[in-house]
Amino acid sequence: MDDFIAARSQMALSLGFHIIFSCIGMVMPFFMAVSHYYWIKTNDEVYRSVTKAWSKGVAIFFATGAVSGTVLSFELGLLWPTFMQHAGPIFGMPFSLEGTAFFIEAIALGFFLYGWNRFNKWFHWFTGVVVGVSGLVSGILVVAANSWMNSPAGFVYSNGNYTNVDPIKAMFNDAWFSQALHMSIAAFAATGFAVAGIHALMILRKKNILFHTKAFKIAAVFGAVAALLQPLSGDHSAKDIAKRQPAKLAAMEAHFYTEKSASLIIGGFPDEKNKKVNYAIKIPGALSFLAHGDFETEVTGLDKFPVGEQPPVAVTHYAFQIMVALGMVMMGIAVLYFIAVLRKKNWRNSRWLLKLFVFATPAGFIAVEAGWTVTEVGRQPWIIYGVMKTKDAVTPMPGIAWSFYLFTAVYFSLALIVIYMLYRQIKMVGKLYDTV
Amino acid sequence: MLYVVIAYLWVSVLLYLLMGGADFGAGIIELFTSKENRPRTHTTMYRAIGPIWEANHMWLIIAIVILFVGFPFIYSTMSVALHIPLTAMLLGIIARGTAFTFRHYDAVVDDMQVIYRRIFMYASCVTPFFLGIIAGSAVSGRIDPSATDFLHGYIFSWLNLFSVSVGIFTVAICGFLAAVYLIGETNNETDTQRFIAKARTTNIIAACAGALVFVAARVDHIPLEEWVFGNPVGIAAISAAAASLILFWWLIKKGKRLVIRVLAGFQVTMILLTTTYRHYPNIVLLKNGGHLSLLEDIGHEKTIHSLGLALLIGSIFILPALFFLIYDFQKKKIK
Repeated sequence: MDDFIAARSQMALSLGFHIIFSCIGMVMPFFMAVSHYYWIKTNDEVYRSVTKAWSKGVAIFFATGAVSGTVLSFELGLLWPTFMQHAGPIFGMPFSLEGTAFFIEAIALGFFLYGWNRFNKWFHWFTGVVVGVSGLVSGILVVAANSWMNSPAGFVYSNGNYTNVDPIKAMFNDAWFSQALHMSIAAFAATGFAVAGIHALMILRKKNILFHTKAFKIAAVFGAVAALLQPLSGDHSAKDIAKRQPAKLAAMEAHFYTEKSASLIIGGFPDEKNKKVNYAIKIPGALSFLAHGDFETEVTGLDKFPVGEQPPVAVTHYAFQIMVALGMVMMGIAVLYFIAVLRKKNWRNSRWLLKLFVFATPAGFIAVEAGWTVTEVGRQPWIIYGVMKTKDAVTPMPGIAWSFYLFTAVYFSLALIVIYMLYRQIKMVGKLYDTV
Repeated sequence: MLYVVIAYLWVSVLLYLLMGGADFGAGIIELFTSKENRPRTHTTMYRAIGPIWEANHMWLIIAIVILFVGFPFIYSTMSVALHIPLTAMLLGIIARGTAFTFRHYDAVVDDMQVIYRRIFMYASCVTPFFLGIIAGSAVSGRIDPSATDFLHGYIFSWLNLFSVSVGIFTVAICGFLAAVYLIGETNNETDTQRFIAKARTTNIIAACAGALVFVAARVDHIPLEEWVFGNPVGIAAISAAAASLILFWWLIKKGKRLVIRVLAGFQVTMILLTTTYRHYPNIVLLKNGGHLSLLEDIGHEKTIHSLGLALLIGSIFILPALFFLIYDFQKKKIK
């Protein structure tokens, strides 16, 4: 394996692993806080059990997210030293603030996990909320750092020198808001659907129904609201990318030639050699509308960029299609769920609705991974868009492939163990929480 | 503001060594506990570090962020030359952190516990060992950014007698800190006596490991003796550490848990002070006689300024909360 590809694969693996744990670690505390709130208000022991069971999940996911995050802060230098040497002082501001947020999260989690029967109920509840809020802030800050790579700001680049550095401007770059919004909602949707799906499965299997029904409701509401909001944020992101990174948009849409009234390409297999897409559904004018709000406006195609500056089309296009398709599926389920809750009360306990949720358990996380593939692969060949190429940032150390194999083995086993533990956690609900 | 940032870097490293060190040490102590006493050591350890262990490891993140934001050239140079020990340390961090959590949150207690425990104990040794190697390599003068072959660029930069002995010394210090810390965390006299004995043993081992570092420095032609004893601050710090050691041995008999904790922490602080003071502001010594300096190899002026501000503001939130967390759990334990 080529060292450069190995370094990129290792980074992708580490981020792809970390993103799942950090999403769950930042969203679950909110579910926990809601259930905890119901327990304090209603004194219903089931809510207490749900809170406790979830808090164990949070502990497992937080610890795994924390170590994989620590690893990433080193991997940035281990794999991309040239990038960090120049970018560190420019885009480091969100990281230094994130250090604080993450630290507070760890402290608050200590209070929460070990605070049962120790503190005033509301103080204990509050520490749980702090875990969620600081986790969310951490996530937003890290995404702000990533968005700087897509939309570099806060410095002047000339002749290989980076001058007039302004870390605050770098943090509030043009892309930070749309990316942070899209990622935060995605985290809620993905975690909500994953958690709801698991509890739905347990209800279908008639295991501790009361417990799982209460847990399902909280997770499903969070997931469904987020799934309904996500298309709006997605539309905002698309218009933003059309302005800032037309090459990425072109790759997402497999849009090879610049044209007016551009058609939206759904599905299909991009043929990069002959610059066409086979077997796709084309909706005339729709791409112009989605990107610029008008059916006529010209949409920049890949032909406007030199060959050396075009992102890989097939991967970006497939990933984008997967993300959008899953987003639509989740939105559809969310609509059905709200109809069930608001209009058709008899739908609520129907098996088909629960089955839909079970089916959609992994949907959100697959969409999250696909979305990251779009944003990262779609930025290639740049590591800092328009400024530094990824291949110029990689470490000079040979043999990175070995490091990649090693990390693959470690993360793969870790993922297996976490899944196994989660399985045992759920299996034991009946025994651990006998009130249910 | 640059001095504020440097101070934070030093304090983060110190706190990581003290708190993270005691945390690693708990695993090391467990490894060197006889089989029949292991469950008791484990219970004590869990009670002692359970609520704060995540926070203990945050100091490393603070230090590394300061380094890459404020001193990116130092960060990237070390990342390249010390790629291998850094990776080893990271694998240790992953293994240890997850094993610790899995141990306590696995809903079913069965044979998996044996696996978690083994991973936890061995990773607790491996991680500080490589941390020590990295620290030793930074000042051993073996890092050669212009090296063209793999061995000199990526292996001999850290694989030498001196760095390895600093690694061993770090492991010993962690074990020592943990033993002292655990003395005050037990709930019965037998365990207290057991940890007092452990604290004595680890203290002697740490002293021997320290001597080994001096020998290794001689063999590797590193003027460590001159660094430590060649300036008044070094002599004063070492003398203070030695004096506190005598006090420590006297007080440990009386089981004054808070005082001996402070003394153990003081000794380690003095060691870190001596070893960093002589080189300040240089933190990496290169093979060609050059060095990387905290005063010269800085990121941009404005970045240092905002980094300093971020750290100051962050402390307002972090320190009271952290203090309250530690205080509260200590207080409840005494009751």
